Amino acid sequence: MNQTPPVSMNFMREDRKDPAPPSLTGNTGGMSGAGNGNVTGFTTQGLRRRFRWDEFLAEKLITVVAFISLAAIVMIFVFVFREALPIFFQPEKEETAVVESAEEETYGEEYLGEAHRARSEEDREASRAETAGSEGRATLSNLAGTRWQPVSAVPQYGILPLVVGSLKVTLLSILIASPVAILAALFTASFAPRWAKEVLKPAIEILAGFPSVVIGFFALVVLASLLQNLFGYEYRLNAFVGGLAMALAVIPIIYTVAEDALTAVPRYMSEASLALGASKWQTALFVTLPAATPGVFAAVLLGFGRAFGETMIVLMATGNAAMLSLNFLEPVRTMSATIGAEMAEVVFGDTHYTVLFLLGAILFLFTFLLNAAAEVFIRQRLLKRFRGL
Amino acid sequence: MKRLRRKVLGSAVVGLSGAAAFSIVAVVIVVMATIVVGGKDTISWEFLSTPPREGMTAGGILPAIVGMALRVLIMSIAGVPVGVITAVYLSEYAGAQSRLARAIRFAVNTLAGVPAIVFGLFGLGFFVQFVGSGMDTLLSDGTDLHWAQPNLLWASLTMALLTLPVVIVSVEEAIKTVPQDLRAASLALGATKWQTIWHVVLPNSLTGILTGGILAVSRGAGEVAPILFTGAAYFLPRLPGSLSDQFMELGYHVYIMATQSTNVDATIGIQYATTLVLLTITFMLNFSAIFLRSRVRSRQMR
Amino acid sequence: MTTTKTENTKIAIRDLNLHYGSKQALSNISMDIAPKNVTALIGPSGCGKSTFLRTLNRMNELIDNVRIDGSVRIDNVEIYDKQVDVVELRKRIGMIFQKSNPFPKSIFDNVAYGPRINGIHDRKRLEEIVETTLKRAAIWDEVKNDLGKSALALSGGQQQRLCIARALAVDPEILLMDEPASALDPIATAKIEELIYELKQSYTIVIVTHNMQQAARVSDFTAFFYMGELIEMDSTKTMFTAPTKKQTEDYITGRFG
Repeated sequence: MNQTPPVSMNFMREDRKDPAPPSLTGNTGGMSGAGNGNVTGFTTQGLRRRFRWDEFLAEKLITVVAFISLAAIVMIFVFVFREALPIFFQPEKEETAVVESAEEETYGEEYLGEAHRARSEEDREASRAETAGSEGRATLSNLAGTRWQPVSAVPQYGILPLVVGSLKVTLLSILIASPVAILAALFTASFAPRWAKEVLKPAIEILAGFPSVVIGFFALVVLASLLQNLFGYEYRLNAFVGGLAMALAVIPIIYTVAEDALTAVPRYMSEASLALGASKWQTALFVTLPAATPGVFAAVLLGFGRAFGETMIVLMATGNAAMLSLNFLEPVRTMSATIGAEMAEVVFGDTHYTVLFLLGAILFLFTFLLNAAAEVFIRQRLLKRFRGL
Repeated sequence: MKRLRRKVLGSAVVGLSGAAAFSIVAVVIVVMATIVVGGKDTISWEFLSTPPREGMTAGGILPAIVGMALRVLIMSIAGVPVGVITAVYLSEYAGAQSRLARAIRFAVNTLAGVPAIVFGLFGLGFFVQFVGSGMDTLLSDGTDLHWAQPNLLWASLTMALLTLPVVIVSVEEAIKTVPQDLRAASLALGATKWQTIWHVVLPNSLTGILTGGILAVSRGAGEVAPILFTGAAYFLPRLPGSLSDQFMELGYHVYIMATQSTNVDATIGIQYATTLVLLTITFMLNFSAIFLRSRVRSRQMR
Repeated sequence: MTTTKTENTKIAIRDLNLHYGSKQALSNISMDIAPKNVTALIGPSGCGKSTFLRTLNRMNELIDNVRIDGSVRIDNVEIYDKQVDVVELRKRIGMIFQKSNPFPKSIFDNVAYGPRINGIHDRKRLEEIVETTLKRAAIWDEVKNDLGKSALALSGGQQQRLCIARALAVDPEILLMDEPASALDPIATAKIEELIYELKQSYTIVIVTHNMQQAARVSDFTAFFYMGELIEMDSTKTMFTAPTKKQTEDYITGRFG
């Protein structure tokens, strides 16, 4: 068996045609040959590379669809910015100022009531003074103005009050949500007994699942009156109510990301601390929490981004008066709420329309930067978890 | 003395963090209880099965429920297949160095962070203004507005885009849990790549695909901002009959009733009840998604 | 480098090199594998024997960053030729994996998977094929009454024999087995070994094994791998009684590995 020289090809092919498995020959054609379509052993012909239409089509189709979802995403970017772009290329219109100020627009938000009315007299005065020499178009200087009155005869597109409004509500919600969420996360990661975790986790999931319009409804119908009765301030709907309601929407995000960051702290760190005689709370506070700082910080950033872009809650709970003020107990109008309230009523392509798209573009950019910043601090895995994916 | 201080401080830390945790639980319970208590008396079969009457101060919410169902359905039909196929591309076809794959991943991450209202703007700028106008020009010389206005189709497609990242990520996660062994077994039997995906990979990620779909639906069902100006209507007594109709919608209805109804106080029961219905639907969707996902993840652990 | 000459050669490997990125996993392997014999590949873990096995049906191509050069000829057809279709190649070579990996489908559907892939959908034909292959894999009697049951409900040893049946159903000429019994208990292992002995009547079998006794029991030829190189190959009898290389002797007598 050992010393036989290698045999010629032909012989091998012949050999291979030998009756294959004895027990299989019983059902001839069942297995060999027919069993496998055109399988005919190892021949150059049989093994020749073949073109498979279905395979080719499947691959191309899948790639094309993947490309479509990429294109769709790119298109969001393109279209939001495209619609906002004309603002920067508008010709200077010569237009004599109409000094008579127009009716204040209300967009049908009856509920914001008092605040708006109280302000409107004052506004009218100011508006008269301000518009005396300028025109009702969105030049860049107009955009930087302090008045947002897009539907008056002399439209004013100052987005400053809206930006400040967004920041006010967002900051407030972060100030309320962060301590609660981070402490709760610390509790879950370091102290909570099993049963507490089993109560807490579903509660957070439920909270995260609340549609924002439900939170907005709760804030508008229940929270607003409750807080007003409690603190006795003037306006029922204001930045404070909005911020508090927004905190409900933001807590799950901050909690989830922070908790993930805290539990991701390697065991050996906390164990080392415990072994040195530190108590559980000392370990949590001085070892675990500092080690998880980047993740916790990212959690806050993500919460910030979410709150900044959220629409329905602020639309329902903040009173929606575009006043430039730093008082947290006065009504505010945020950028997102402005888009939500006014977009349905604008003329396509006019200045108002364009400015609303500009607001959208700013929201887009801002949240994009926040997310990018957060991503620097946490790994992809955590990010997915926060998005409920 | 020092020991005492430490002890006090310790219980303060634990107590405070525990209080924070349970305040969240309390808030969840309070919100749910308020809405349940406020809405339960108004809910009836009639409320669910009739349209609003008398300037929306009476009657039910049938068109809003149907509108939401239709929107979610069209959204899923448009969005889930694209999401699943993209996930298949990312996990099965794209090489580690693929630029397209990296671009898609980056885009998906970006998309997931974009505020819902911006999607609405996109829907308006792209679907209504761009695609809609184009269709009108092609189909009827652009003389009358048919597609170039907000409608059911555009609202649903906008929402499909919003939920695309949810689908892609959860399907990809599910596909990753299919053991490499099974793929190898199939390939070693002489199955082609596509045969392997179709007969082995996809059937074994079915739960994940379902989860992705449900998560997308629940996210879509709860989101109102994108449809504010892409198709939702204030009041329509009849149900939408075609894709180019506007429609009433549950979440939008809550918003409208609470802020712009003719008599906010008289309809407070309807408002609560509508909110309760919306909450119940999203709650059930989320619950089934969480349940399915935990099953997928437990397989991952194995 | 030892080349074993037999009366004829089923698989001829010449100067095979394989790199994972910059790491070389196989160097200059040349070997002839005899038809209708069992060739055992032995060596300490990480020595490249499994990698080598996978070059024979080009399964290594599934891994990114793998570079292969050299020649592998089966029946004198170069399988790394650009003209060769890897799917067609794999249809002719069955593979059994270390961990049994039945599809989460019924027993019937597992065995019928390959034929169906090849376009056989006639129920009667499929039933014939399933029965014959299950008989060949010596598991028919154990499962004939519950072909509709999930394959995952079978014991480990049964699953592995089912996987063998599944591989046989596409009627290959060569069977590659990657430590097929390493996860099984002694009784199940004995059954697999018995089966291998039966199968070599009709198939060319290459088996990777950790277990020296197993190699000695089932194989006709044994190849010893170490650090990505083929140290020695000869008839199993010679290898286990009179190895020519010191390393082989050390390994076989259990001095390392």
